Amino acid sequence: MRYSGLKLFLQGLSGHRGWTQAWRKATPKDSYDVVIVGGGGHGLAAAYYLAKEHGITNVAVIEKGPIGLGNTGRNTTIVRSNYMFPQNHHFYEWSLKLWEGLEQDLNFNVMMSQRGVINLFHSDAQRQSFSRRGNSMMLSGIDAELLDRDQLRAMAPLLDLDNARFPIMGALLQRRGGTARHDAVAWGFARAADQRGVDIIEHCEVTGIRREGNRVVGVETTKGFIGAKKIGLAVAGNSSRLATMAGLRLPIESHVLQAFVSEGIKPFIDQVVTFGAGHFYISQSDKGGLVFGGNLDGYNSYAQRGNLPTIEHVWAAGLSMMPSLSRVRVLRQWGGVMDMTMDSSPFICRTPIEGLYLDGGWCYGGFKATPGAGWCHAYTIANDAPHERNKYFTIERFSEGRMLDERGVGAFPWLQ
Amino acid sequence: MHQIKCPWCGIRDEAEFSYRGDATVQRPAPDSGIDAFNDFIYTRANPRGWHVEWWHHVAGCRQHVKVVRHTMTHEIHATGKATDKLEAPSS
Repeated sequence: MRYSGLKLFLQGLSGHRGWTQAWRKATPKDSYDVVIVGGGGHGLAAAYYLAKEHGITNVAVIEKGPIGLGNTGRNTTIVRSNYMFPQNHHFYEWSLKLWEGLEQDLNFNVMMSQRGVINLFHSDAQRQSFSRRGNSMMLSGIDAELLDRDQLRAMAPLLDLDNARFPIMGALLQRRGGTARHDAVAWGFARAADQRGVDIIEHCEVTGIRREGNRVVGVETTKGFIGAKKIGLAVAGNSSRLATMAGLRLPIESHVLQAFVSEGIKPFIDQVVTFGAGHFYISQSDKGGLVFGGNLDGYNSYAQRGNLPTIEHVWAAGLSMMPSLSRVRVLRQWGGVMDMTMDSSPFICRTPIEGLYLDGGWCYGGFKATPGAGWCHAYTIANDAPHERNKYFTIERFSEGRMLDERGVGAFPWLQ
Repeated sequence: MHQIKCPWCGIRDEAEFSYRGDATVQRPAPDSGIDAFNDFIYTRANPRGWHVEWWHHVAGCRQHVKVVRHTMTHEIHATGKATDKLEAPSS
């Protein structure tokens, strides 16, 4: 069923009883050309682009629970491409371009809102660093603007520009950045992939990866063995566990990252704003809730929940940036499991095992990459070789000395 | 909040500690080759389960504490000095 305004109007006349389910509840076949493990945004996007761009439709997406309830349902929904390294520009800008046409492409409202992403700076050195990043972006054709205090005050009047400890001197703005509705992204890709023949198999946990020699032949699951000529992993948070099943070790630690939503309030902050003197980022959802987050708890965890010291730290950073937040009550708080790579950059690549491909290591920046990562993962699987856009995101970059240390927020190797 | 028993100071809150990662990695011999050093520096077992790890008691006695902690339940099984041999439970 194709969605449209007219369809919505007509359904409204009959009490919305005529909508059909958006994707089939598929039962697994004996084997597939490609099995994607992980039914989050990344996995569903990879399946969709395999079908759309490469004509490979004998594809299954296997998910241990319902789709979209891992990190796709646990992030702060920020979309942007304001990176400094050219290796990252190629990829993140492509992802943002896909976001800009995603609703028309998927025929699904993902509530893409290009409200602007503002990175605050608080010192001369930070201004230099941010303007360098902005210049680097513009050299690659990406929009960037340096805002002074007056421009910033006009856009976001509730910021504490004259904070005694961390006065705000200006900001780097990417107007094309913004937010999107995280659940709708998973649902939209699921529906569009399903329409092209992809089987989406929920409540089916992968328990092993079967190999013959150095080649994968399928996955063991709670619903039995499923054969596969190629397997793509899109299980960020659990990439190490899946890789271990195939006999691989990755340069990843899994850490917990918490996020928060406040009660719904009137329009408070129009853009996505990040604090430059601590780790804090905030935006406001269409329902009025403030969505914000901060830094990792900082220890290995798969628990999807964090601890109070980090909560206190995040809110303290928030209050330094916007003191008016102190009167806002938080309704919900949750944690997600992050693949923290040792250089804070991701993997979309072949692995040393034939037929096994990896999309993971997203640290805490995976949501914005959803369409781009799915697109590049699909390309890499279909051609058994990376595209120009993801050729730097390899596992081998560590041993080759080509780390992409964009912000240095990864887990850190500690030498003894 | 993790409550970590420092062998020198007793039970203290997680907020006094700085996490320093996997305590099982060992520096390879100097002639082990590039792959062994790459593995030592970058790759980790990253288990979902019991994990032997370092916590630096940075806001306390500044000693390094070895901790056996479960990465799914956050339960702490044992803590000890850096030289202690601590084993993870089998389950």
